[in-house]
Amino acid sequence: MRNVGIILRRELASYFATPLAYVFILIFLVLANAFTFYLGGFYERGQADLDPFFSFHPWLYLFLIPALSMKLWAEERKSGSIELLMTQPVRLREAVLGKFLAAWLFTALALALTFPLWLTVNYLGRPDNGAILAAYLGSLLLAGGFLAIGSCMSALTRNQVVAFILGVVACFAFLLAGFPLVLDLFRSWAPQAFTDAIASLSFLTHYESIMKGVIDLRDLLYFAMLIAFFLLATGIALELRKAD
Amino acid sequence: MIKTDHLTKRYGALTAVDDVSFQVSPGEVLGFLGPNGAGKTTTMRMIAGFITPTSGSASICGHDIATEPLAAKAALGYLPEGAPSYGEMTVRQFLAFIADLRALEGARRQERLAHVIDHLHLKGVLDQTIETLSKGFRRRVGLAQAIVHDPPVLILDEPTDGLDPNQKHEVRALINAMARDKIIVISTHLLEEVDAVCTRAIIISRGRIVADDTPAGLAARSRYHNAVSMQLEQPTQLAAIRAAIAALPAVAQVEVSERDARLTALPEAGATILPAVSEVAARGGFKLKELHLESGRLDEVFRTITA
Repeated sequence: MRNVGIILRRELASYFATPLAYVFILIFLVLANAFTFYLGGFYERGQADLDPFFSFHPWLYLFLIPALSMKLWAEERKSGSIELLMTQPVRLREAVLGKFLAAWLFTALALALTFPLWLTVNYLGRPDNGAILAAYLGSLLLAGGFLAIGSCMSALTRNQVVAFILGVVACFAFLLAGFPLVLDLFRSWAPQAFTDAIASLSFLTHYESIMKGVIDLRDLLYFAMLIAFFLLATGIALELRKAD
Repeated sequence: MIKTDHLTKRYGALTAVDDVSFQVSPGEVLGFLGPNGAGKTTTMRMIAGFITPTSGSASICGHDIATEPLAAKAALGYLPEGAPSYGEMTVRQFLAFIADLRALEGARRQERLAHVIDHLHLKGVLDQTIETLSKGFRRRVGLAQAIVHDPPVLILDEPTDGLDPNQKHEVRALINAMARDKIIVISTHLLEEVDAVCTRAIIISRGRIVADDTPAGLAARSRYHNAVSMQLEQPTQLAAIRAAIAALPAVAQVEVSERDARLTALPEAGATILPAVSEVAARGGFKLKELHLESGRLDEVFRTITA
């Protein structure tokens, strides 16, 4: 587990050694605020909460997270540094976990930098800060889920653009699973249990329930298992294709 | 000790490495030779634990790479082909990262880092990012990474590729200095390297070992082993001396190069022809610029074996 920390630190440092970190954080903050104020009607609603802010996170992450995760493994494979890393006394799972945690910690930092919005809403009214904290947690879990999927997609290819596109598509599928667009397709003919199963796979269902301030163990478990599953898949993909 | 046991790697219908078995003992510097695509890199990657063999096994210092990968990798210093690294890191950060992964701590860490920085002349570029370095420096950073934990076993995939002659000389001197107490395997397609550093050479072709011998032993397989080569002052005398030498009983063949007035006499297998040939030259009054006995040409052996 010591190695997880070493790899995590190296990854984080490499984000900040390139413009990537700054560009990502800047764009994330600009878009998050633009969505909140222009699309979400933060002022017009006249309510002291951060719903307009959090409800756009899935759509924001849909493009930003794959852009962050695309390089996780594709770049290592392209440059050949994966051979260097995997011939050090390091377990594959330590490397998968270290890289994933670095990316997750980084998104946590970007998310934390949205705090002025929280200050604003507290200045304007008396929001339910417990619900806001829950929503932040939900958003972080959502980002973790997207990142785990992105990590797996990045392990499948040495081409970062391909990794990005695969990541967006896979994340989109997980988002849409909870939408009427998809659910209505099944509702007309499939048994209710099946429709529910599809809906229960959706990011949105679980995210929105946490966003409302209800931290249900099932929602937490859902994200934990989703992340574990895709990290496992990342490891398997790497085991099979790392040398190609 | 490095040991490979019937190591085989297949990619679909293609057999990249076919039943390769060998052992390397401490003090040996093994040159792993072969044409491009012969399976050198695949073999090294399997020994280093980067790719899994289709069948067979490899072990480093008694640790099987499949069942005890961490112990095997801890005993190994490995320079992958092309010396890949993290371009956005500075040399200092990169070496510190590797030292962390190699669990080097305290005074020993300082001492080892200072040692590799000094021996590979990296002091001047410590705070440069690796992507801004020249090919030669990148290769040296790769070597530094491979030896920072002072491993008993070193596997270097083309350690001098892309270096200029001075840098090649330095890297070879470094390898020679480490050779006494380590096991070193280097892959190369430079035959001069075999002469310069190796105590033993394995030639592979199409995934199979086709020769396993000392450099001198390999050279002895050459048609040119014990051949006599001479250069004449007068190119016009070439025809005459050629006729005289070709008439000698132990001479199998005579090769002539008009361009530099050079003549090479190849002996029948096992025969010694130097005294006879030099006598012909002396008696016939041929003026020679030089005359020498060849030990054999590795490149010719290499071509014959791998063709």
